[in-house]
Amino acid sequence: MTHLLAQLFPPSVLRPMELGADASIVIATVAIAAFLTRKRRWGWLWREWLTTVDHKKIGIMYLIAAMLGLFRGGVDALLLRTQLAVPQNTFLGAEHYNEIFTTHGTIMVFFMAMPFIFALFNIAIPLMIGARDVAFPRLNAISFWLFAFAFLLFNMSFVVGGSPNAGWTAYAPLTELRFNPSVGENYYLLALQISGIGTIATGINFLVTILRLRAPGMTLMRMPLFAWSALITSSLIIFAFPALTVALALTMLDRLFGSSFFTIGHAGMPMMYVNLFWIWGHPEVYILVLPAFGIFSEVVATFSGKALFGYPAMVGSMIAISLLSYGVWVHHFFTMGAGAAVNAFFGISTMLIAIPTGVKVFNWIFTMWGGRVRTTCAMLWQLAFIPTFVIGGATGVMLAVVPGDYQFHNSYFLVAHFHNVLIGGVVFGLFSGLYYWWPKMFGYTLNERQGKWAFWFFLIGFWVTFFPQYLLGLEGMTRRIYIYPHGLGWSLPNLVSTGGAYAMGVGFVILVYSIAYSARHKDLDLTGDPWDGRTLEWSMPSPAPEYNFAVLPKVSTRDAWWTMKQAGRTSIRLGEIEPITLPKNTGMPFLLGLSFFVAGLGAVFSWWPVALAGLGGVLALLVWGWFVETGDHVIPAHEVRRSETLPGRLEA
Amino acid sequence: MIGQVQTDARERPLEFRDRRDNLAILGFWFFLGSDVVLFSCLFAVYAVFQGRVAAGPTPRQLISLGPVLVETVALLTSSFTCGLAIAAMRRGRTGPLAAWLGVTMLLGAGFVGMEIHEFATDVRLFGTWHQSGFLSAFFTLVGTHGGHVSFGVLWGAALLVLLWRQGLTPRVARRLYTFSLYWHFLDIVWVFIFTVVYLAGKIT
Amino acid sequence: MPVCRALCKRLVRWIVVGVAGLVTAGCGSHYVVLHPAGPVAAEELHLIEMAGVAMGVVILFVLVLYAVTVLRFRERGGGPYLPQWNGSRRLEVGLFAVPLIIVAFLAVPTVTQTFALDRLPPGRHHLVIDVTSLDYKWLFFYPRQRIATVNYVDIPAGTPVLFELTADSPMNTFWVPQLGGMEYAMPGRVLPLYLEAGRTGVFTGRSANFSGVGFAHMVFTVDAVPTARFDRWAGSVRRRAPPLTRAGYRGLLAASEAPRETFSGYPSGAFPQSSHGFTLQGGMYVSR
Repeated sequence: MTHLLAQLFPPSVLRPMELGADASIVIATVAIAAFLTRKRRWGWLWREWLTTVDHKKIGIMYLIAAMLGLFRGGVDALLLRTQLAVPQNTFLGAEHYNEIFTTHGTIMVFFMAMPFIFALFNIAIPLMIGARDVAFPRLNAISFWLFAFAFLLFNMSFVVGGSPNAGWTAYAPLTELRFNPSVGENYYLLALQISGIGTIATGINFLVTILRLRAPGMTLMRMPLFAWSALITSSLIIFAFPALTVALALTMLDRLFGSSFFTIGHAGMPMMYVNLFWIWGHPEVYILVLPAFGIFSEVVATFSGKALFGYPAMVGSMIAISLLSYGVWVHHFFTMGAGAAVNAFFGISTMLIAIPTGVKVFNWIFTMWGGRVRTTCAMLWQLAFIPTFVIGGATGVMLAVVPGDYQFHNSYFLVAHFHNVLIGGVVFGLFSGLYYWWPKMFGYTLNERQGKWAFWFFLIGFWVTFFPQYLLGLEGMTRRIYIYPHGLGWSLPNLVSTGGAYAMGVGFVILVYSIAYSARHKDLDLTGDPWDGRTLEWSMPSPAPEYNFAVLPKVSTRDAWWTMKQAGRTSIRLGEIEPITLPKNTGMPFLLGLSFFVAGLGAVFSWWPVALAGLGGVLALLVWGWFVETGDHVIPAHEVRRSETLPGRLEA
Repeated sequence: MIGQVQTDARERPLEFRDRRDNLAILGFWFFLGSDVVLFSCLFAVYAVFQGRVAAGPTPRQLISLGPVLVETVALLTSSFTCGLAIAAMRRGRTGPLAAWLGVTMLLGAGFVGMEIHEFATDVRLFGTWHQSGFLSAFFTLVGTHGGHVSFGVLWGAALLVLLWRQGLTPRVARRLYTFSLYWHFLDIVWVFIFTVVYLAGKIT
Repeated sequence: MPVCRALCKRLVRWIVVGVAGLVTAGCGSHYVVLHPAGPVAAEELHLIEMAGVAMGVVILFVLVLYAVTVLRFRERGGGPYLPQWNGSRRLEVGLFAVPLIIVAFLAVPTVTQTFALDRLPPGRHHLVIDVTSLDYKWLFFYPRQRIATVNYVDIPAGTPVLFELTADSPMNTFWVPQLGGMEYAMPGRVLPLYLEAGRTGVFTGRSANFSGVGFAHMVFTVDAVPTARFDRWAGSVRRRAPPLTRAGYRGLLAASEAPRETFSGYPSGAFPQSSHGFTLQGGMYVSR
């Protein structure tokens, strides 16, 4: 018993900071539960959300999870920056710092950026391509619940058992059992594995959706760019994630079942982990950034009031980037003695990515050329993105110059570079998409004035945080150190950087406040087309109705909705509306996620009966899913007519 | 690649008639593509670890081709009988379909049984995979395939029950068809394992 | 709005002052990467500068184009509205060429220097030092001198040094920025790294790859001294310092930080066998 308690609650989860977090989690949970009970909302929660197979609701749940991830990852970042603000700081100890930078990176990549991207895929893609639903609605819900329970599992490490502490990359042999005996690393391995299964399923789902469910007349080359980016991202997911699956699985076998893959002894080979990790890891970078490119392509065209410049080149460059992304992984370890020939090859292949990326940047700029640029919040993030991303990309090319990388590798120059592209590219893109599609999700726009405050705090904070980090790299500061002495010239840049991080934090708080404010003082979008949009999602009321399109649109050009507006063909005829069949809700995906969670938790602590029970639950639910059809429900035509009357687009 | 849909629904095989089944079959192809990458990674790991034997056995010492040949014949035959089952399904003959599917499951189960016996013998003679990177890679690559086959046996058995309970509906036909894709895929993976692991391991 | 504009102006001024302050605050010797003390680091800096300038040109070009576009085509900018202008073959080919040329310009020296830096300068005498990263300390063996040090390493200035790197711990990287770029110290492999101090001086080295709780303290110093002084030092260490015993080596394996130490000899086999004079061609997955 005492042994079990010691395993569940090691000293690392009993520090004041952790206990404080525990208390606030408990308070928040109790508050939410009390609210749901008082308002009698438990049934509503189950029927409307936990069992939903509606891609838009699933998208909203992904979005909530992503914001929680951004909060947790952001708090982690502020703790790290606080520790580094001054030399010889004693705010965090080494072990504590190591745990926090590990969870910061892991959460930002897997539990912030990925769900944010899937949120926007789910909300926008079927609407943009004129589809009634995704190809596999139930699988979509399964993907979400695997992700959600994996997120829960990963965050549990903070409260029970201890956090992982080997960095988000979890390089062997630091993760080997004898160097890392706590269960934290098991949480990392199991949580990422479970969410990875869901991610691959999402990739398959959106690939089939986009290939097969486009509206009549929407050829591939008439698709919105965001749909193209989702198509390419999905194929990257399908063919890159298995490498991560293998890397994590083999590490797990080493730690839990005594194999010798990445161990120092027994002829294991730690470097093989590094290879497998980055064979997935570099395509992953583009899995994150290509959707952002897609969002920017939509936003820039809409708010310039102009068709996207160089559409075929935009598509071609995304395809080129996705293919090149499989051939650059060694640039993450030029300094592992691969030899000059290998390094030179991967240096050149990395630089080549700059060419299609450059083409895209020029095309975004020329989309604005000859346009009427409206600086809404969505567009502001796009406008901030171009210079930020160009600078981040340029430092990336500097890192691709192999001998230069020998000096930059694992220094703060590298840290600055990848935050420069991941925040400047991905996060700016996701914020842009958030503002852009918010009315389609909820039926009202976000407050623009507050949004601009959030934007300026975040953008200026970003540069104040990361520009000094380039300098720190040149001053020889290495990443992941928790303490540094006086007198190296690192003190001032670190202090400035910390100040910037807090400014970004203020930006985030304003954003959240603004969301709450906008939800109370709804600025309703009654037109369904608040931005004078170009693509099909703006042809329907806001928020998008459950059945998406009252009548599936017929497409004859790119920017289909724009063309319809130009031709005055925006209305739907009453007679065209027919009853619509949609899949029924089901609790199976939620239970499947729960079973995976139980199996994962059992494996984390090597409680094999628990793990087997979880796996048994998974199998039982799969078989149940095969035998029991969930069935469909039909929305009668009069209901469709009623909800379509609102935007005033019905004609007899 | 996957049966361009013809205009007349009745001309199409049963499993392609419903739109949702069509989508599921395409999705399943992509899943198999993903699984190809998974096995490719495991093959790459095996190739790298082949020579990393430490104090454990070398591939040549570990491998005995006799039982593996029997396993191979069982699995290849099961792929053939799986094909016969689908052929019967196309002609709408439920009886032969169930019979051939049953034979396929028996051969699959036999394969799994023999592989478990092979692994148990290996461990008895040479010890566990803890000893070397090579043994870890060997058991993981071959075992992942074996795990896939085991899952396939359970899946096929569930399909037999489903067929008995629901009859040959388009939905059941699609599930049988995707199962057959999966089964043939495992057969192809085995051909590679047999060549790369067993034959090459014995020769070099 | 005027308030906002004034605020913006003040902000811009702060940024300019701040950036200038940051850059100049340490523009002296703190910028170790920019102040090489040997030919390897100098060559790497040369490439960094080249890439930096090329990228600076690119950034400037794009930013000017961007600023002009945004100013001219914002709602009050007065630029012509051309909603149908969505492509121009000639322009696109031209803009495709810009990054292509830049990449070609950088690719050539990248390849030649990558190969050049992978070899010891031919025809010169060099010193071999075998480096082992331990939890959380650096152990240096001098195979020819048969001496060993912990957390500091003396080298003769003006002589190429071949560091052979391995680890008896999780991975670290061996980095002395003023002498040149880093290389991993990995268990089970020996990786070569050629560095050279062009002048005498004390240079700080550290691990750049996270290896556990003591990682931040994996700092060592490189003392580059005149050759004669180096020889005298090595001789006196051999005569006076105690040897590193097997038990002593096992003691070093314990996860802890360590002070500087000096030993007159070390057990054979403490460093993986390496044939001297091997070519500096790593080759993937070759464990030697």
